[in-house]
Amino acid sequence: MPSSNATYAHDVKKIRDLALKALVEDVPFIQFLGVYFERCGDELTGVLPYSEKFIGNPELPAIHGGVTAAFLEVTSLITLSWTIFLREMNLNTNEIDNTSVGGSMRLPKTIDFSVDYLRSGLPVDAYARATISRSGRRYASVQVEAWQDTRHKLFAHGTCHFLMPEQSK
Amino acid sequence: MVKNADLAYQFIDSMPYARALGMRLNVLGDGLVEISMDYDSSFVGDVNTGVIHGGAVSALMDTCCGIAVICHESAPRSTATIDLRIDYMRPATPKQSIKTQAECYHMTRNIAFTRATTFDVDTSRPVATASGAFTVERH
Repeated sequence: MPSSNATYAHDVKKIRDLALKALVEDVPFIQFLGVYFERCGDELTGVLPYSEKFIGNPELPAIHGGVTAAFLEVTSLITLSWTIFLREMNLNTNEIDNTSVGGSMRLPKTIDFSVDYLRSGLPVDAYARATISRSGRRYASVQVEAWQDTRHKLFAHGTCHFLMPEQSK
Repeated sequence: MVKNADLAYQFIDSMPYARALGMRLNVLGDGLVEISMDYDSSFVGDVNTGVIHGGAVSALMDTCCGIAVICHESAPRSTATIDLRIDYMRPATPKQSIKTQAECYHMTRNIAFTRATTFDVDTSRPVATASGAFTVERH
């Protein structure tokens, strides 16, 4: 349903928030981890609230490497999907309505994922931000970094490659 | 007999995240272990297909490689992941449990090299493979 430019402008924020909510809430594993995203304009920051079930080494204690890896991968995937959504939204300005942001969005598929563990994950909240290095028609390369108490002291960073979903007509 | 087998089972039992995902360890030999994990709807990454999320597979890979290091014949005291790379070959079939087998194929004084493969019921086609380097803490 075409909408006027004024309505569109008015709804951009709402649509962006709805789209992000739909992206994240549609994935049970993201809910299992409790990961959510804070949005500043088009920039996303993934937040992993600490939970006792994340501990991999009870002696230290430290967060399990599998949690860190999953958090980085989730942040990469959601950031990339979000970027695709924004691009399609800009291309199809006249076709945006609330029904287009539901659970039918096709997600990119992970081809490979590589993570460096730089410090042990402390038993506190963690944050991650992903950068799209390249996003083509078929493949995308995404860099992601994660920190806890101090932004410049990364505890992990990674690179993800994705197979892009078929473009909608 | 694997020297650190008891320690390996103890590690898994005391690891909250391994319990949260329901991992079951089976020590196969020196530097060779396998961990299986049942399908659970909370691990799903795509509700349209019911396929589990790569993040659940990475936990299995990381744990399995780490335990393979502990089970190396040189019996390290402890280990931590330096890096891990995972290649996703195909989606795991929904409702099937998955199993990862990892081996520590080379050991130095300070570093262990590992690789792992994850399968579902169809053991002829891997779901994912991984390779990782680990730190080694000795007595």
